[in-house]
Amino acid sequence: MNPLALLARIGRLALDWLSAIGRVALFGLSTLTHMLRPPFYGRETLNALLHIGWLSLPVVGLTAIFTGGALALQIYAGGARFNAEAVVPQIVAIGMVRELGPVLVGLMIAARVTSSIAAEIATMKVTEQIDALVTLSTNPMQYLVAPRVLAAFLTVPLLVGIGDIIGIAGGYAVAVHNLDFNAAAYLKNTVDFLEPLDIISSLVKGAAFGTLASLMGCYYGMQSGRGAQGVGRATKGSVEAAAVLILAANFLLTGAFFSV
Amino acid sequence: MIKLDDIHKAFGSNQVLRGMTLEIPKGTSMVIIGGSGTGKSVALKCILGLIKPDSGSILVDGKPADSGDRDAFLARFGMLFQGGALFDSLPVWQNVAFRLMRGALKRPAEEAREIAIEKLRRVGLKPDVADRLPAELSGGMQKRVGLARAIAAEPEIIFFDEPTTGLDPIMAGVINDLIREIVVEMGATAMTITHDMTSVRAIADNIAMLHDGVIKWTGPVGQMDNSGDPYLDQFIHGRAEGPIEAVR
Ligand SMILES: Nc1ncnc2c1ncn2[C@@H]1O[C@H](COP(=O)(O)OP(=O)(O)OP(=O)(O)O)[C@@H](O)[C@H]1O
Ligand SMILES: [Mg+2]
Repeated sequence: MNPLALLARIGRLALDWLSAIGRVALFGLSTLTHMLRPPFYGRETLNALLHIGWLSLPVVGLTAIFTGGALALQIYAGGARFNAEAVVPQIVAIGMVRELGPVLVGLMIAARVTSSIAAEIATMKVTEQIDALVTLSTNPMQYLVAPRVLAAFLTVPLLVGIGDIIGIAGGYAVAVHNLDFNAAAYLKNTVDFLEPLDIISSLVKGAAFGTLASLMGCYYGMQSGRGAQGVGRATKGSVEAAAVLILAANFLLTGAFFSV
Repeated sequence: MIKLDDIHKAFGSNQVLRGMTLEIPKGTSMVIIGGSGTGKSVALKCILGLIKPDSGSILVDGKPADSGDRDAFLARFGMLFQGGALFDSLPVWQNVAFRLMRGALKRPAEEAREIAIEKLRRVGLKPDVADRLPAELSGGMQKRVGLARAIAAEPEIIFFDEPTTGLDPIMAGVINDLIREIVVEMGATAMTITHDMTSVRAIADNIAMLHDGVIKWTGPVGQMDNSGDPYLDQFIHGRAEGPIEAVR
């Protein structure tokens, strides 16, 4: 391929990316303005809180407990190489709270919530339900998008907090039962070691990831093409975008909170 | 009165409307006929602002459809979508009463439900369907729920996209009578798309035939049979031979 054509192609790709980012940003902005403006749909918001928050608890709990347990085993085995087995409680705490809790909960939310939001809204789009909403004087941004994004913004930090605690509990259980740690000392080490900023960063990440995950679901759903294929594409695209954005945002937020 | 003037709309390279011009006087019933895929549904959506035409103007009572307060504009319309477009997360009665439960027309749930059940009765559905979900209904029943939703708030202007498709002949007759009633008794302006020539005769004051993106013929329903227009003749008699190519 001639180098100019290659350059042109890269340029086009970059432009596509930029315009996509612009569209998503505008969509986010529009979501925000619709969130702040009446009418507010209380029932829809409650419903979203239930589906995004409450019903995600089992999967979040399971993810966290296994991760915490595995983390304890790994740190113990790894630490043994330089006689540092004793740091298990501290590293489990910091690893869960700062990184794994928010990231894994965020990714689980992308898998569970983003996909379902995208599929639901895309199906509504394809079957003209969105058009029907508009003709019934109901703004889909207010009726469908705002409640979901608000619910995710509010509940995902809580889920992350719960995930952090369950993850630490998983590490604790493994450390105490399999690795002969002293229970009281483990807890004391964990509590003493964690700083407020660790916890704040965890919850802020949760809010950011929840917002991104739900926003991507809504965005791809609303942009869906026609037919079953359109719904499939929207769902796939939304989960991909949410996962990548969550990991990128995690990197940026970690940098913002902890780089010296 | 609704006035479409020289409406053009293309999807990519697919030129759908190529200068559609049509007038629907207030309080009359216009039926649009035309081959499958000629853009009848697109035309209705353009009037409602769901699809933005590439060029041309749409006036409703002399004012451009895309100017002014959109909520107030849409509040005057009811629309039955071709596919029903029922909200599948809501039970039937909440679909029908959707407009009555929020916004400017909001009223107590009890009252909204009563109105919904009354509208369901008018489209030939029993009160016991009210609490079912749309997915639990047959295609024809869904269509009628969509119809009930379109007329629930008694709009001035109602669009029916194939109201009798998928209904048995008796039920189709009931729906035709209902549409006629809405126009004559409530003075509504109706625009109906249908492929059913019995419906056309039962519902229409005027008809318009859309072909190749333009209105080929329009006039009172009484002149339909001796219009002398070869396109219209072929269409209403369902002949495979004629100026309209059967294979497209
Ligand atoms: N949102 C859209 N995106 C792309 N193309 C579309 C869209 N909506 C309609 N079209 C195209 O416009 C043309 C007209 O579609 P329309 O639904 O208006 O047909 P119709 O006259 O209502 O046909 P039918 O009688 O079968 O319902 C079709 O070729 C269709 O593929
Ligand atoms: Mg159609």
